[in-house]
Amino acid sequence: MSDRGSMIQHERIDGDHSEAIIATLRDARERKSPVYISAGGSKQHMIGRHCDAAELDVSAHRGIVDYQPGELVITARAGTPLTELVATLSEHNQMLSFEPPLFAGRATLGGTLACNLSGPARPWSGSIRDLVLGVQLINGKCERLNFGGKVMKNVAGYDVSRLQAGALGTLGVLSEVSLKVLPRPQEMITLRYAMTADEAIVTMNRRAGEPKPLSGAFWLDGQLHLRLSGAASAVDSTVRQWGGERVDDGEQLWEALRAMTLPFFAGDAPLWRFSVQSSARHAPEFGPTLIDWGGAQRWVRGEQQREQLDRIAAAAGGHAMLFRGGERSGEVRAPLNAVERNLQLRLKHAFDPDGILNPGRLYRWL
Amino acid sequence: MSTQLLHRLRQCLAAECIIEEPESQRPYECDALTLYRDLPLAVVLPQSVAQVQQVLKICHELNVPVVARGAGTGLCAGAMPHADGILLVLSKLDRILDIDPLARTARVQPGVSNLSISEAAARHGLYYAPDPSSQVACSIGGNVAENSGGVHCLKYGLTVHNILSMNVLTAAGEELTLGSLGLDSPGYDLMALFTGSEGLLGIVTEVTVRLLPTPEIAQVVMAGFDSISAAGDAVGAVIAAGIIPAGLEMMDRLAIQAAEDFCQAGYPRDAAAILLCEMDGTREEVAQHVDAVVQLFAQLGATSITVSRDERHRALLWKGRKSAFPAVGRLAPDYYCMDGTIPRGQVTYVLNEIYRLSEHYTLPVANVFHAGDGNLHPLILFDASDPLQVRKAEAFGGDILDLSVRVGGCLTGEHGVGVEKLRKMSSQFRPEELAQFEDIKHAFDPGLNLNPGKGIPILKRCQEYRALPARHQHHPT
Repeated sequence: MSDRGSMIQHERIDGDHSEAIIATLRDARERKSPVYISAGGSKQHMIGRHCDAAELDVSAHRGIVDYQPGELVITARAGTPLTELVATLSEHNQMLSFEPPLFAGRATLGGTLACNLSGPARPWSGSIRDLVLGVQLINGKCERLNFGGKVMKNVAGYDVSRLQAGALGTLGVLSEVSLKVLPRPQEMITLRYAMTADEAIVTMNRRAGEPKPLSGAFWLDGQLHLRLSGAASAVDSTVRQWGGERVDDGEQLWEALRAMTLPFFAGDAPLWRFSVQSSARHAPEFGPTLIDWGGAQRWVRGEQQREQLDRIAAAAGGHAMLFRGGERSGEVRAPLNAVERNLQLRLKHAFDPDGILNPGRLYRWL
Repeated sequence: MSTQLLHRLRQCLAAECIIEEPESQRPYECDALTLYRDLPLAVVLPQSVAQVQQVLKICHELNVPVVARGAGTGLCAGAMPHADGILLVLSKLDRILDIDPLARTARVQPGVSNLSISEAAARHGLYYAPDPSSQVACSIGGNVAENSGGVHCLKYGLTVHNILSMNVLTAAGEELTLGSLGLDSPGYDLMALFTGSEGLLGIVTEVTVRLLPTPEIAQVVMAGFDSISAAGDAVGAVIAAGIIPAGLEMMDRLAIQAAEDFCQAGYPRDAAAILLCEMDGTREEVAQHVDAVVQLFAQLGATSITVSRDERHRALLWKGRKSAFPAVGRLAPDYYCMDGTIPRGQVTYVLNEIYRLSEHYTLPVANVFHAGDGNLHPLILFDASDPLQVRKAEAFGGDILDLSVRVGGCLTGEHGVGVEKLRKMSSQFRPEELAQFEDIKHAFDPGLNLNPGKGIPILKRCQEYRALPARHQHHPT
């Protein structure tokens, strides 16, 4: 499964394997031998840089620990596949409202939080970063720590839980995660409109400024798709007001967008992601573009000039990254200035003083 | 030291922006938690970000503590001055710099009041969602420092969910932009870490907030119940029905009666508890959900149900809730507001325990509760001129916080730790966790000059800390 040097195996029995993880980390720390944290392996070749370290497979550390539908909170071990969470929540008509990609069942809770991955609903329902309520993590000093909790509001101490979103496991091995979950919407309808990218960006933003149950907005190949979800009465009345062509297989379309299985995402050509202000102008110079998140997330393919991407992204109030493929030994994220780098390094050191957790996964120097 | 400090401050600030006289400093001696007071070496009121930066650089150079303050509406003594430091008041940075109606954002200075953002955005059909009860006065910088909530958190989230980006200055006066105008940022999410950090990691100089479209309509259902447990069950039933109300509030008998005496909102005075359940959205959706909630409450034994008839009636029904603190405040010389958060399912047990503690300490308590998100606000009534009552009120409050943690909740849902809950942090966190907080603090503020003695306990666990000045221990007066 891995080409990453020696593999650290755990017994494949579902349950609490945190003691074994701590023991492995202690050993790694003593030997000053860093680890690369993995579970489902779905994101091994995307989002982060290549990390040359012995694999720490935490996939056996899985299972739902606590789920109280009335509290809108689920707690599970980090190695739990998202599909298991989705199935359990469905039984109670609830869902992961941030619509993470499930990557054919391989995506896990911990990996999804570490990568801060959210789907088409993100601008309206929030990201996993917004919905995480608490974490248990094992830091680089091999200490098992609990932050946040299982309640909706908690401002005691620093928000270490949200800090894990997008940290790619460089601050700790996630052990357990508590998330806010939400009821499934009663109805979902997709509308389609033929228009250019420039027109779509303005339309997406205008529609998002109306008090209607919009829950998705993406543009590809001259077609804008808007998704409405919520109370049936609200969805139906908005459909009447907004018009447009009703898409019959809308659910499959959004699922393919979420899972990144649309033809746009196929093939090995480098996949670049822009995270920018939703109203930023379309940049045609990068070739075919998929515009999602109501304009705030844009995808382009192929070989690109890194400096040009960074410049355009910065001008649009955001940043660009090499999401998948391409050269992953160099930096894949936007450069940081000296003050930012210094603080990021100091923060890394505060959690992982010996640098044993996913070294170089986020940035070469981190 | 203080002579040198003042000399340096006078070089970069106008004379009227530095307050040195103790009598003139009095308005700044505490925040809205008046139990804890102190006076600083100087109160400074910079008029520009550049001046804030100069002040920070001076304090960094001279190793002087800096406590930031916005409007002073905080409830945990987070903005209480430090006797050896300066109080950095950001209220003069009060401009709304830009509103972008298409991208739905507002770029504002830290001293801008929460409500004024919504007022300025209103002409575009937009508003800023977090609405703490102090929203007329409280500033956005303070909201970021405390990760403030309000009555609409369950549906619309806290401050951390409603900001996109901010400019901050580090303890050394270095400029930093956190977040982005996109929905994430490339390295560690420092904006998440800064939000709710109580001025311990840096000073916010500008915030870009998200604006939401103003809902077409909002309607509130008020229901009376003859027991706390019936009201608690009704809260669970709304959530189980798949409805996320815009606000879901509970008040108990003493709070109901105080509010009714205060503003005649039409609350049922004989009820053991009332729920205020607000739905917002499109007209059709609100009508559908109001019907569903009325039916649920009726099935669960509500003794009275009132649905707001129009905007004026809705405002009146909320007026009782929003003025609950001053209303309860009329029942005794002083009140002490707690802020624990609990799992919703524990509300009956926790409120009954609070009543038991009320008898034990012989101090009355009124309960106002963000039931939707489990955030309790017990108001303990006491007389601050009686030292015994002060001690009893503090012990009572401490017991409520311990209780909240014991049932799986936390010390503070939205008011923050400040000075007030510092000693209680060890009931929610183990030493290793507190040490991790301390390491984070060190990463941003190695000199420990930003808001010392607040938020996180400094454990002095190794040699380098032993030399720390006494500034990390506060002695409330």
